[in-house]
Amino acid sequence: MKRATALIAEDEPLLAANLQAELARLWPELSIVATVGHGEAALQQGLKLQPDVMFLDIRMPGMTGLEAAQALAEDWPDATNATDATEGSAPFPLIVFVTAYDQYALQAFERAAFDYVLKPVQTERLAQTCGRLQAALKARSQGESQSSSAPALGAAIDQLRNLLAGSSGLQSQPKAAPLRVIQASVGAAIHMVPVDEVLYFEAADKYVRVITIEREHLIRLSLRELLPQLDTERFWQIHRGTVVRSDAIASALRDEAGKVTLTLRGHKDKLAVSRLYAHLFKAL
Amino acid sequence: MDPDEKHTFIEVGGSMNTVVAKSTAPAMSAWAGFRRSAIYMTILCFAIAIMLTVMDRGGFKGKLIYSFSIGIFCWLIIDGGRHVVAALLKRLQIARGEIAYQRTGFPGWGWLIGLVLLGMVMGPILGTTLADFITGNGRFDITTWGSRGGQITMVVTILASLASLTILSSLERLSSARAQAEAAQRAAAENQLKLLESQLEPHMLFNTLANLRVLIAMDPPKAQLMLDQLIGFLRGTLGASRVGEHALSLEFARLADYLALLKVRMGDRLQVSFDLPAELSDVPIAPLLLQPLVENSIKHGLEPNVDGGRIAVAARKDGNTLVLTVRDTGRGLSDGPSDGTRFGLQQVRDRLNALFGGAASFALENATDIEGGTIATVRMPMKTS
Repeated sequence: MKRATALIAEDEPLLAANLQAELARLWPELSIVATVGHGEAALQQGLKLQPDVMFLDIRMPGMTGLEAAQALAEDWPDATNATDATEGSAPFPLIVFVTAYDQYALQAFERAAFDYVLKPVQTERLAQTCGRLQAALKARSQGESQSSSAPALGAAIDQLRNLLAGSSGLQSQPKAAPLRVIQASVGAAIHMVPVDEVLYFEAADKYVRVITIEREHLIRLSLRELLPQLDTERFWQIHRGTVVRSDAIASALRDEAGKVTLTLRGHKDKLAVSRLYAHLFKAL
Repeated sequence: MDPDEKHTFIEVGGSMNTVVAKSTAPAMSAWAGFRRSAIYMTILCFAIAIMLTVMDRGGFKGKLIYSFSIGIFCWLIIDGGRHVVAALLKRLQIARGEIAYQRTGFPGWGWLIGLVLLGMVMGPILGTTLADFITGNGRFDITTWGSRGGQITMVVTILASLASLTILSSLERLSSARAQAEAAQRAAAENQLKLLESQLEPHMLFNTLANLRVLIAMDPPKAQLMLDQLIGFLRGTLGASRVGEHALSLEFARLADYLALLKVRMGDRLQVSFDLPAELSDVPIAPLLLQPLVENSIKHGLEPNVDGGRIAVAARKDGNTLVLTVRDTGRGLSDGPSDGTRFGLQQVRDRLNALFGGAASFALENATDIEGGTIATVRMPMKTS
């Protein structure tokens, strides 16, 4: 059996070094293939190295641990595409969240059956987690012969959906009235764009592109900040970087690989639906 | 506007419990208010009866009956009337969709003067009629205005009405002032708690402790230094509520402790610089005034930035004005309001406002130079100690 591999994503260098040292003591066979300091790096390295286990800090600069896990599930190579590759696609990593303090997140993790470790990391707690991970990896390697990565990915997606549903419910505390008009500055002028005219929003670094039938605007706001201000009945998230107005969708096409693509009314853009949100489009 | 309707009601609203009964005031307190009002009227009526008895030499029982009868009617018309009218006006305003701005039991001066006049005329007429009925004689004929008894009754009624009105209204004002003071005190305490909560943010605290735990094993002297900084930070934060002001150098030292803790956590991602001219080091300042600004710079500017950045805290003198700036090279302000920053900024504004009124100013804006980020600027009149 090949050595188990792990990736650590933690923005605080001391804590990253400590977690690595503790893991080396508790689970000497585990090889840490990378230690990264932010969410984007976790995503890139995760996709590249395809480790068995990923330890993700929640609060990291740029992308949070949660967002990194979500992006990883969206971008993880398909089992069907990888069949011709020599090594084949590795199963989706087991994810362990690491957090200093966030009681809401902890509840959400537990509901979604994610493993987590609290900082400061208690050795006993980490030992438990290692035990669980070893058992899961063993079960996985035994079942590997007859199945590909599909079940691991499917399970992870269900977990993540639960997690997203749970955490978004908690974040939308005193819900203000949904946004009616988007104020987009164009030079010195401010354009007022009614949300009813918006076809979709697309994340672009720390900006959001606002696409209407006639034109598009850039607003200086992250999608993360914008989302809670939108009416979720009308605006559906279909990808980590895309939110579409549901009544602007003309059709949803599912290809043989299961990928869903949307066409819009009055606009030529086609939008890809990530596998995390594909369940929204099911024929009645 | 009355900040605490319930409170006022308890103090003076006793005569009108039917009208205001749907107020949230507990029945016991309403009863206490009624009792107070009744006791006051009883004492007044006794006093008037005694005074008239002394003037007239005798006939205390009869005078007491008349005094009470007139007193009760005046009380019902003036004190009761003002509550009824005020409640009705309020209901009318609400029905019209206007904001009800009137105090409980205060229908406005026009109505009040009208009610007082009505009470002064109708009180004696109705009161003497009732008293005549009780005593069974028609000796006190109020309709003959020329009689000495009638004049005395009128004068006494007017004086008593005015006296009770003055006393009651000052009582009311006192209680509403007390309620206002209590509300202000409550708000201040709440604010202080919120400030403390934001400063001793659990996430920051636990992350610091996690780092400390690692350092203890790895680098004990560094761990000790970090612990000292944590102690300094905690002492500053917890003690800040107890002192009115401290020296600017101390303020900078507290910020340095805080940033040193963050520096351990963020490593090279955080660069810190301070610029405090020696001549300004003793200038007094409200403790931890700048703390929320530094926190915002870290939390919204540098921490979310993958490459981190620089934070610079500086003080300078501009004529007679002290100018304090907190500058970061972080992500800058976003178009949308971010809830997290509001409390901190509001807190700085409120404190400046409380200390200097309009003489101080606060601005937060995006830096326009190549490095980007935000600049927070506080300008306040310099106090020299």
